[in-house]
Amino acid sequence: MQLDARIPSGPIEKKWENHQFEMKLVNPANKRKYTVIVVGTGLAGGAAAATMGELGYNVHCFTFHDSARRAHSIAAQGGINAAKNYQGDGDSIYRLFYDTVKGGDFRSREANVHRLAELSLNIIDQAVAQGVPFAREYGGLLANRSFGGAQVSRTFYARGQTGQQLLLGCYQALERQVSAGTVKLHTRKEMLDVIVIDGRARGIVTRDLVSGRIEAHLADAVVLGTGGYSNAFFLSTNAKGCNVTATWRAARRGAGFANPCFTQIHPTCIPQSGEYQSKLTLMSESLRNDGRIWVPAKAGDTRPAAAIPDSERDYYLERIYPSFGNLSPRDIASRRAKEMVDAGHGVGELRNGVYLDFRDAIQRLGRDAISERYGNLFQMYEKITGEDPYAVPMRIYPAPHYTMGGLWVDYDLMTTVPGLFAIGEANFSDHGANRLGASALMQGLADGYFIVPLTIGNYLAESPRGGVDAEHPAARDVVREVTARQERLLAVQGNRTVDSFHMELGRLMWDRCGMARNEAGLKEALELIPELRERFWREVRVPGSAADLNQSLEKAGRVADFLEFAEVMCWDALTRDESAGAHYREEHTTEDGEARRNDELFAHAAVWEYRGDGEPPARHREELNFEHVPLSQRSYK
Amino acid sequence: MRRVMTLYESSIGKKVAMAVSGLLLVGFVVGHMLGNLKAFQPWDGVGMHPLDAYGEYLRTLGYPVLPEYGLLWGVRLALLLAIGVHITAAFQLWRQSRSARSSSYGKARPQVFSYASRTMRWGGVIILFFVVYHLLHMTAGTVHPDFEYGAVYQNLVAGFQSPLIVAVYLIAVGALSLHLYHGIWSVFATLGAQNPKVERWRRPVAALVSGGLFVGYAAVPLAVLAGILGPL
Amino acid sequence: MNLTLHVWRQPSPRAKGDFRTYEAAGISPTMSFLDMLDLVNERITQEGEEPIAFEHDCREGICGSCGMMINGVAHGPQKLITACQLHMRSFSDGDEIWIEPFRADSFPVMKDLVVDRAALDRVIEAGGYISVRTGSAPDANAVPIPKPHADRAFDAAACIGCGACVAACPNASAMLFTAAKAAHLSYLPQGQTERYERAAGMVTAHDEEGFGNCTNHGACQEACPKGISVEYISRLNRDFLRASLSGIAAAGRGD
Repeated sequence: MQLDARIPSGPIEKKWENHQFEMKLVNPANKRKYTVIVVGTGLAGGAAAATMGELGYNVHCFTFHDSARRAHSIAAQGGINAAKNYQGDGDSIYRLFYDTVKGGDFRSREANVHRLAELSLNIIDQAVAQGVPFAREYGGLLANRSFGGAQVSRTFYARGQTGQQLLLGCYQALERQVSAGTVKLHTRKEMLDVIVIDGRARGIVTRDLVSGRIEAHLADAVVLGTGGYSNAFFLSTNAKGCNVTATWRAARRGAGFANPCFTQIHPTCIPQSGEYQSKLTLMSESLRNDGRIWVPAKAGDTRPAAAIPDSERDYYLERIYPSFGNLSPRDIASRRAKEMVDAGHGVGELRNGVYLDFRDAIQRLGRDAISERYGNLFQMYEKITGEDPYAVPMRIYPAPHYTMGGLWVDYDLMTTVPGLFAIGEANFSDHGANRLGASALMQGLADGYFIVPLTIGNYLAESPRGGVDAEHPAARDVVREVTARQERLLAVQGNRTVDSFHMELGRLMWDRCGMARNEAGLKEALELIPELRERFWREVRVPGSAADLNQSLEKAGRVADFLEFAEVMCWDALTRDESAGAHYREEHTTEDGEARRNDELFAHAAVWEYRGDGEPPARHREELNFEHVPLSQRSYK
Repeated sequence: MRRVMTLYESSIGKKVAMAVSGLLLVGFVVGHMLGNLKAFQPWDGVGMHPLDAYGEYLRTLGYPVLPEYGLLWGVRLALLLAIGVHITAAFQLWRQSRSARSSSYGKARPQVFSYASRTMRWGGVIILFFVVYHLLHMTAGTVHPDFEYGAVYQNLVAGFQSPLIVAVYLIAVGALSLHLYHGIWSVFATLGAQNPKVERWRRPVAALVSGGLFVGYAAVPLAVLAGILGPL
Repeated sequence: MNLTLHVWRQPSPRAKGDFRTYEAAGISPTMSFLDMLDLVNERITQEGEEPIAFEHDCREGICGSCGMMINGVAHGPQKLITACQLHMRSFSDGDEIWIEPFRADSFPVMKDLVVDRAALDRVIEAGGYISVRTGSAPDANAVPIPKPHADRAFDAAACIGCGACVAACPNASAMLFTAAKAAHLSYLPQGQTERYERAAGMVTAHDEEGFGNCTNHGACQEACPKGISVEYISRLNRDFLRASLSGIAAAGRGD
């Protein structure tokens, strides 16, 4: 597997500019003749499809949702970073670049991150022009807040619904192109495979979720904006539909998969309430600005919170990290919470959470001030738990939330399969081993609006155009394989439901490849996963037929792919024999219990190559060079 | 005209047509009610009864510039046109809505239940039948037991002797005020005048007008039945 | 607790559907309504029947996928939430729950509780956007927007496109949906240029999609999980009136 990142030459702040000039262009009159497939209608996919439509390409955009407005980008609450320096507090492109590389614990590519920081400015301009109602000050100018421990206020936000508003802007731009005829939107069509012809991605195979028809769609390039794989853990904050199928199928067709073990755990989610819970709900991180995190000092203390005097409470983040306290970074706050619960200090009926207490803030600022800041979050919490957070402390626990790993891409966001691009959470590019708050929306939109629409031209200008159709033998082969797989799933007719396997996989992964990992656990997982996969193919029961709307069949295909992909996650976690960012190997900690990187051996992206069923994947490396941000150990004490 | 027709083609246009024609008709029923109240005006026994005089005044309004009955018929035609527009648009909108949901819910529990808003269509039909009856009763006299042309007050007293007829009038007037309660309230929304400032006044204005109309219209037949308004 | 569910089952768009009864035993009050349906589906699947199809995704009230009538009310008995945010503590042991799809001819049933809401997308397609080419935007702070306007725009922009307004409306009208998008954009300076074309285009598309018309019942506002106000409908009426009388609507919509 060749891993040439093709980073443009020149000083870092000139690379993107130079590259834009050096890229080959497609003549405007010819753009219409190029067909581009975009899979996914989240921030990345929707933005890419809309912009390529505007540029004049013939775009076909696919989503398994009923509408282009449903993708999980919509659920992002906090905000979007941009180095606008509207607050005059010393922010700059370079500072955002620096913070992102450092926050990613030195496992991202500097050139990409710098470009991201540059483009952050354009994103805000674009969104405002589209009518995204960002928060404003009384003077009518845009408001900013500091988010996720950043030392400058660079986060733009739209109440607690920033993702929703950005996605709606994107969706509207997309519908405008649909109306103009430049984009054909295919809803309720799930991509199940990639068609590779002569070494180039030339199309996809989809299943029409209503008629069940398996179809080949041919094109000159394929862009995947299909999101992350947190649902490998079954319980996560991701939407139920989020899955790894598109990226994993691409990996099986030759696209390298980078850093699959980099999965982020969000510290403030509502703990699981019962065995049959289907997903976890995130509570905005901003709550940590005023809430104090604690557990009973005595393990197994079952008294209600109010009955525990301050002297018997352990405000453990404040105790361990006197300067950052409750605002310690996500990975640290998450791990400490897990340790407390594991040591028997958990609270709530299932003893599976820690308290996030607003008692002192309410006393200090008054109930009204708290309600103004967090009213809707408190309301949401009450709806879900039935508890009033003004009266009793909230209970929180970490949950899988975002995946930094994804398809390996070069500077042009192209995977190792020529003509196959990956954008947004689906690629691995910009967050390294840990993503900073309010950076996911930024990356999705930078990729979708500003990068891939240009870099795809660089590819198209020198590649074959047209000349393939659904009757091409390669396309027919893929259609046949996909159809056979559907039939196989239906034919098992076992006695266990798809969800029961997904839950089992999730527990297995959470225990052994979750917030903290060790060699023994990972090796065990690598034994257990193939076994579980085998049982799945022997015992699963998928009712109904392949010829109509069959949600069990949809899920079955996705879970089958998770069962293959989970193994790669564990391989990656096992072979990355260091701790970095969100990847925490218990064997590699500092004296203070923090992640200890090994830059000599692991300052690289690990890229996995699929080598056939039953074969362990091959590990390749892209060495990462840090010329601008000096390698250093994070410290939040 | 083309613009008006384009407007009318849309659902909002039809609603606007209903609102405008409705407002015209509200103006008429208010005027009509005020005229009716002339029945209560004391009469010194000389000349015409004030109510009769008012009727005569309406018939000759605009004379001699216009022919006798000229303006009256003009107004009647305008009202007829307004009724025609109101009913046609209502029917077309009803048809559109009916075809928008051809299969109904197995179990429906409306979260807003306004009697006035739910009875707009049937209320409208009742009012239409009543108007026809009322014209035959008090204007043309066809179904009046002893109708005398021009003797408005006499006709009125004679016409309301039967409790049954008074009941019919009360039901109709009740239907009318319910119809207008929602109608007047709706007009603000349909014509685009719904905003926080107006919102405070919408309900009170609708209630005042429709309530006032009910009292005003019910007063005359009830007074006759109670013997307060007697034969001359 | 134990509940009895009466669920609308309809195998395909053209098939005739009916209510089928399922026992939901051992339901915990901490479960969400959709967790409860998941559990019932697990049991149905194990018994060899096809599970109840229903649409859902984010399960936190923002994607707008879920939507069903629960005991005759869109999204169920609690105000200002979606079906996925409804929790079983809102019910009591022994309750009977009727579950059926949103009904409107513009929302054809595809299977069981799943309906096709693509008509709403086509209303957006007819002008529910600001025409701004990527990369052509001026600096974001070039045009200050008074906070009250930005707030009003946001209140309208909170729409999640779930279709509860249509489902609850006695006329199956989508005016609240249409008006919310029009108002979101018309409260912002960026949205002024196309304001009247947008009103004309969206209302025309709304009618063409076969939705009913608004008779000011206000049922939509009650059903809306995001509490969007019917005042926006009035605002759209005004804009549409102006568009029509100034000849914009007659000129037809288009890019």
